[in-house]
Amino acid sequence: MTEPILTVDGLTTSFRVDKKWQPVVRDLDFTIDKGETVAIVGESGSGKSVTALSIMRLLQPGSSRIEGSVRLAGTDLLGLDEEAMRDVRGGDIGMIFQEPMTSLNPVLKIGFQIAEVLRRHRGMDAAAAEAEVLRLFDLVRIPDAKRRLGEYPHSFSGGMRQRAMISMALACQPKLLIADEPTTALDVTIQAQILELVRELQKEIGMAVMFITHDMGVVAEISDRVVVMLRGDKVEDAAVNDLFAAPRHAYTKMLLGAVPKLGGLGDTKTPRRFPKLDADGAGPEPQNEPDTRGKTLLEVRNLTTRFTIRGGLLNRPVGNVHAVEDVSLTLAAGETLALVGESGCGKSTTGRSILRLVQPAGAEILFEGKDLMAAGHAELRVARRRLQMIFQDPYGSLNPRQAVGSAIAEPIRVHRLMDDEAIPDRVSELLNLVGLEAEHALRFPHEFSGGQRQRICIARSLALEPKVIVADESVSALDASIKAQVINLMLDLQRELGLAYLFISHDIAVVERVSHRIAVMLLGEIVEIGPRDAILRNPQHPYTKKLIEAVPIPNPAEKRKRGALLTDELKSPVRALDWVRPASRMYPVGEGHLVREF
Amino acid sequence: MTTPQTAVTARRPSRMTYYRLALATVGRGVFNAFNANKTSWVGLAIFVVVALLAILAPVIAPYDPLDQNILYRLKPPSEAHWFGTDYYGRDTLSRILWGARISLVIGLLAIGSAMIIGTLIGMVAGYFGGRTDLLIMQVMDVLLAFPSLILGLIVVAMLGPSITNLVIAISLTAIPPFSRIARAPTISIKNREFIEAGHALGYSHIRLMFRHILPNIAPEVLVMGSLWLATAIRVEASLAFIGLGVNPPTATWGGMIREGFENILDSFWLALFPSLAILIVVFSLNLLGDGLRDAVDPRLKGEE
Amino acid sequence: MTAFILKRLGFAAITLFAVLTIVFFIVRVLPGDPAMAILGDQASASALAALRVRLGLDVPLYQQYVEFLAGVLVGDWGVSMVSGRPVIEEILKVLPATIELTLASLVLGIAVGLPTGVWSAVRRNKLPDYLARIGSLLGLSFPAFVSAVLLLLLFAIQLRWFPVISSGQGDGLGDRLRDLALPAINLGLIMAAYITRVTRSAMLEVLNQDYVRTARAKGLAFAVIVWRHCLRNALIPVVTVVGLYLGILIGNSVLTEIVFNRPGLGKLIVGALNQRDYTMLQGMMVIYTLIVVLVNLVTDLTYGLIDPRIKYA
Repeated sequence: MTEPILTVDGLTTSFRVDKKWQPVVRDLDFTIDKGETVAIVGESGSGKSVTALSIMRLLQPGSSRIEGSVRLAGTDLLGLDEEAMRDVRGGDIGMIFQEPMTSLNPVLKIGFQIAEVLRRHRGMDAAAAEAEVLRLFDLVRIPDAKRRLGEYPHSFSGGMRQRAMISMALACQPKLLIADEPTTALDVTIQAQILELVRELQKEIGMAVMFITHDMGVVAEISDRVVVMLRGDKVEDAAVNDLFAAPRHAYTKMLLGAVPKLGGLGDTKTPRRFPKLDADGAGPEPQNEPDTRGKTLLEVRNLTTRFTIRGGLLNRPVGNVHAVEDVSLTLAAGETLALVGESGCGKSTTGRSILRLVQPAGAEILFEGKDLMAAGHAELRVARRRLQMIFQDPYGSLNPRQAVGSAIAEPIRVHRLMDDEAIPDRVSELLNLVGLEAEHALRFPHEFSGGQRQRICIARSLALEPKVIVADESVSALDASIKAQVINLMLDLQRELGLAYLFISHDIAVVERVSHRIAVMLLGEIVEIGPRDAILRNPQHPYTKKLIEAVPIPNPAEKRKRGALLTDELKSPVRALDWVRPASRMYPVGEGHLVREF
Repeated sequence: MTTPQTAVTARRPSRMTYYRLALATVGRGVFNAFNANKTSWVGLAIFVVVALLAILAPVIAPYDPLDQNILYRLKPPSEAHWFGTDYYGRDTLSRILWGARISLVIGLLAIGSAMIIGTLIGMVAGYFGGRTDLLIMQVMDVLLAFPSLILGLIVVAMLGPSITNLVIAISLTAIPPFSRIARAPTISIKNREFIEAGHALGYSHIRLMFRHILPNIAPEVLVMGSLWLATAIRVEASLAFIGLGVNPPTATWGGMIREGFENILDSFWLALFPSLAILIVVFSLNLLGDGLRDAVDPRLKGEE
Repeated sequence: MTAFILKRLGFAAITLFAVLTIVFFIVRVLPGDPAMAILGDQASASALAALRVRLGLDVPLYQQYVEFLAGVLVGDWGVSMVSGRPVIEEILKVLPATIELTLASLVLGIAVGLPTGVWSAVRRNKLPDYLARIGSLLGLSFPAFVSAVLLLLLFAIQLRWFPVISSGQGDGLGDRLRDLALPAINLGLIMAAYITRVTRSAMLEVLNQDYVRTARAKGLAFAVIVWRHCLRNALIPVVTVVGLYLGILIGNSVLTEIVFNRPGLGKLIVGALNQRDYTMLQGMMVIYTLIVVLVNLVTDLTYGLIDPRIKYA
């Protein structure tokens, strides 16, 4: 047995908070062998990113303290002086970060930023470095490499930036690659490409990879071994197959229980709650919800929303963003219709257009029989009460300077739904309904966790007694276990109050748990719509197939067979002014299952 | 121990309770800013002392600031006249104390009104965005780029030098910066989801601006107010130095330096003491505002 | 690039036109009759009428307005009511002195302020940072005339290193520099105070960015990160703010010119104000507007040079 590439032994990292040292990572041990990929998994606050930064010694020296030992192929990194450590960074260890949009310097050319590493560590001159950058761009499959290395980061897409970051990290053939949530900010098809790329490159170069992620699907896809972290402690360290087959620690069990597995609901027709999650792990898998669908509440016909792009000398329109094109859908009481698609596909704009938060270019929006497009100001106000929205960002969707009770009471007051005296009782009732206490009314948003805030937002929408709720990526920002709880709450409310949801999400695995029907969007159009089991089990449109195939499955035994390395980018819905949408129609392939011509 | 009564109010909070709570968060925002940077307290302490001296000027000034005494012209500092006397034999210390009143009154009124008007303009521009924003901010930018001293100079020259007109002139020069100060956070808050949620909940623009945006931008605007008060006091003194201050014989710091400057070769104290007075006040306000600004500036948060 | 410049030029022209219109009407609504202001209220009606004709006040307002705009374009800015010489001539005579002073102070301000700001940010909450902060805070607490008076007292009157009155018209280069030194130091140090502060906060913001972490993860030395990766990003806000502070600089140049008794726009405008020379004031406002518009234009273009994200479209 040779020595592992990376040996972390008793690593404890503390931050200075209010003049006290607060440990964020406690007594952590793990190793990574040559050619091995170890996933570090945990929810937010588990200390997984801090671990990476500690190994790289990238934390601020004054406000942080690293103890224990970190050895890279026998060298004690914590004992090196700063000069020697700089040789390690970028030389022996390459690192990629989560945010491709901000991790590159906006005012320097991409090629230069990569060449910088080569010149620093491999002593190349400008010409040699450029040639090497070209080779690296080919390696990470950046098309048209010669032209692109002279461009600035802002003209690269997120996926291409992440490729550039990878080429930078690999420039000096490092012994270890640290990837800190490298695909979290990317769309699922792009994520699949990047994961494949990392795997391929690892095979070619033979480096060790430390892959930090919160996504169990990604873990199953990429890793050989898994280290599970919880609030700074390692709770489990196992080979990936063992971990998924027989998780030992309760937290791992809970984590796996909270992760929906795409295809897990088979041919059933209705949503299913997540198992009860607690300190002992996950409870038994529950039954599907009863089918309580009623008559059609909302009918949208031919919804089209465009944004004008202005430019040129006189700020004249130079193009249009065709955000939503000819979208038609229906939603019945007690039903959940999921809108899925990747960024820029127009799913959010569809939701906002239906509420007329953005003005559609044309549509018929029939809500309870009335056309909202023809509605006047007063009618629209009334309709908005019955048609509510909850948003993505649990930190941004509450006013930080408004007490929670006031936030929930405000819509009641604005719409004069009841007397002032009756409002406080109603607020308590709503808080209880979403699983919070009446006493919480006097607190401010910052005193709550992300999941609790999302509950507050739900309570605020419920204050208006809506029939339809548009949920725009409402659980996407939450940790898996919290996500499961909020979804259970939404399903409970649907059953109790007969709510209809338009559930907008990029996460198809979650969508399967909550929806009755699914609509897949691409470039502003619905390309496929139908019952959930039909869409997931029998997709017809090539894009739907591609989307479903890209979703990582949280089960290493079902690791997907990937084809050639793709470099497709997401297409842009920006069109020239004179663009005419080619005529295409949707044809039925099953009951309620429509597919657009392709 | 909570008495039954408080337990009831806790469970059934009234509207006023919520208003009080919201106001308290704004106050806490400013207070936290003070605590983040101790120098702010030093600045505040100096400024409070100056303000007290100004308020108490009628009581503590040793002489009448307008009393001329031909026998005691241009005397250097002495026991009787700590800061000496001017060309008309008036006591410099007393004139400085009374001059503080003019500076503070003009500064506070000008900045107070500029803060209110500028914040409204900036908030409206930032909130509505698009062409409204473009138009308003282009106008503000041109005004902003125009040297504020020249602008003040022209306005006072047109209207005539009186306290009211100086307040108008200085607040005119301070409105564009306040509209900028208010606009930036308005835009970032407008893009937060709670404003869009407000639209979805059927709230009016007025409600969203005054109930939801204003409390969030208030600490930032208030903090910048102290820095601009410093500027206002400086501009007022500059105008007086040019000869466009409140009409003589009223004591103003800028006017005193102007008179002192005419006798600078033999009676330097005439210019020196009012200069120090301006310096102390302006410096204390800058000290106060600078620390606060670092604390409310979201871009500088993060590692200390 | 051309389209971008054309667009900015077009905008500058519109701004200029708008301000000129405002200036025209402001001067016209000034209380009192300019003719009476010049001749005094004892003047005969016929003398007043004659002067009105000379000043072009006898024709309808719209005609005056058109003539005014046309005049501005062709360089006919009217005749000073006091000296009787063309306004543009008087302005052009002193303009070089003011530009010389402003540019010298700007250069000094950048040379001192930029490195100090960077240094202060890099050593945040250490002794150099405290010194730079207190120093810059003090610098911008000085009204320009107070610091000018103090400099004059110390260096010209006590130490006699520099002339008390700077003519700005000295013959040799040495004379000119000696004349320029104190006023430029006065304005330059104040400018340096502003630039230090804005550079510091811009650098602090940039140092917190993700791409700085990337640069560190590449193993680059700290100095390389600061000067190559951070400074250029930090310059973007600095340029904007320097453009704005030029307004303050121009305002302060008025005070400085008065204290050092140096010819320039400042002395001209104060003289015009005291003597109610309306045509001269109007001309002064036109020239200040021109300067402001020009500075804005240069700021915008510099901005585009530094930041590749600005589209020249």
